Amino acid sequence: MIYNPNKECMSRDEMSALQGKRLHKIVEYVYYNVPFYRNKLQNLDIRPDDIQTIEDITKLPFTTKKDLRDNYPFGLQAAPQSEIIRVHASSGTTGNPTIVGYTRKDIGVWSECMARCLTAYGVTRDDIFSVAYGYGLFTGGLGAHYGVEHMGASVIPTGTGNTEKHLKLIRDLGVTGIACTPSYALYLAETMDKMGIKKEDIRLKVGAFGAEPWTEQMRQEIEVRLGLKGYNIYGLSEIMGPSVSYECQEQNGSHINEDHFFPEIINPTTLEPLPLGQTGELVFTTLPKEGMPLLRYRTRDLCSLMPGQCNCGRTNIRMGRIEGRSDDMLIIRGINVFPSQVESVILSIPEFAPHYMLIVDRERNLDTLLVQAELRQEVFTSTFDTPAAVDALEKKLASRLKSVLSIAAKVQLKAPGSIQRSQGKSAHVIDNRKL
Amino acid sequence: MTIVQLSIFIENRSGTLIKVLEVLKDAQIQIIASTIADTAEYGIYRLICSEPQRACEELKRAGVPVSLSNVFALELDNQPGCAAEAIATFSRAHISISYMYSFLLGDKGILVFRTDNAEQARQTILENHLRYISEPDLSCLA
Repeated sequence: MIYNPNKECMSRDEMSALQGKRLHKIVEYVYYNVPFYRNKLQNLDIRPDDIQTIEDITKLPFTTKKDLRDNYPFGLQAAPQSEIIRVHASSGTTGNPTIVGYTRKDIGVWSECMARCLTAYGVTRDDIFSVAYGYGLFTGGLGAHYGVEHMGASVIPTGTGNTEKHLKLIRDLGVTGIACTPSYALYLAETMDKMGIKKEDIRLKVGAFGAEPWTEQMRQEIEVRLGLKGYNIYGLSEIMGPSVSYECQEQNGSHINEDHFFPEIINPTTLEPLPLGQTGELVFTTLPKEGMPLLRYRTRDLCSLMPGQCNCGRTNIRMGRIEGRSDDMLIIRGINVFPSQVESVILSIPEFAPHYMLIVDRERNLDTLLVQAELRQEVFTSTFDTPAAVDALEKKLASRLKSVLSIAAKVQLKAPGSIQRSQGKSAHVIDNRKL
Repeated sequence: MTIVQLSIFIENRSGTLIKVLEVLKDAQIQIIASTIADTAEYGIYRLICSEPQRACEELKRAGVPVSLSNVFALELDNQPGCAAEAIATFSRAHISISYMYSFLLGDKGILVFRTDNAEQARQTILENHLRYISEPDLSCLA
């Protein structure tokens, strides 16, 4: 089934024409509504009328996460506050989160894009669908939720945590679809084994898995253990949230909702566009978006766009799996974590030296984060000589990390000089997950 | 009235404790008493030794996180009930004890403890004529 054949099966020429028209409109819109973009365009001597076709996009400037940070919180918002009906937030690189406001129309577009994904997975109005992404500032929960409602299936807003109760509902209610991170799907399978629930006891047939990188091997394991078909879903809050792209029954690349999100692949160093099929950094321009439209936003995700048409009948372009990042962002339990966020927390507590390590691992299919922080020599005074004093400092760091990162980290205090000194940011991270 | 104790932060992994002991050995420092308050990840190694100031400097030079603190050291007869009697005195005066350990010095038991209320502890010791040892009592040992 195809939710919106008019948009998902357009001829390539029609799609390009539509994208060109929408690009012109969005450039005009930000030119008159976002001072940041007007300045950027004026500096490049570009007027909205210079942008008429989708090929003109290469004339436009890029937008980066740093631009979002510099314009915190609402500097890139184009719509007046009275039109904004929802605000989400995701991790910033330091200090402030990235804020994204949505108008009612944006929420409608998002819901339709999500409905297209679910339909491509084979979900129908008869399905009972459990959304086990986090509800709240994270776009995963509410994004998927609105999509399920939009297409008319029943949504169960499970959220995260309380896995045993979740499994009971999956079994007792005959839940047929689930949206969660792939690692959580494996954790569900493991908890099922522990509870003595067999895959014959449940009716799951579709899983929408995303928010973190996963492999073909993980897909096979999830499909075998839960007895469903697992589909990739991709998105990022800066652009919209989940549903930027989605797999179809072919499970061979993710179709991009390119009438709304125009993709480019660039060389992250030279910023030059790369030929179709080559791997580089994925860049998106939001086409008709009102709340916070972005021109050529650098996602930092590395992947390729796939040439050729898909057997499913959709004509919208597909992207391959995310192969890595062009920055040092980590995805832990579906949440984006930047080492610089950890650094800013550590530097905010005077007892710590600016030396630290992040050790990421996966235990029983759940990601773990261990933060090692080095104590300053000056901390060791006559009052810092009990486990209670050390514990208090450990707890202080853990609770600040939790509030900044939105995930719990285990904390380990290290003696002065014991963390290896290094050059470069990536040396702060050891990722032991086998992905 | 107090003696000086070294408190050393050591991580729970092999090699950390021996490093501390080797620094002390090389500096010819004599350990008189020691104890470790441990948790899962690290320990606080507390010790009484000859020349604590010099020991502290040597350890710092070797990069070992260490601090000095003053602790009380009561001298008790080596007999059942003596510790109870001494602690009861502090308990009656509502002085709480953060941590405590003991060692033998000749035929006397030495009870080392730390309290956050040092001034009141000092008065209690004097008023109750409790016997205590001070830093010089230790240095003549080493």
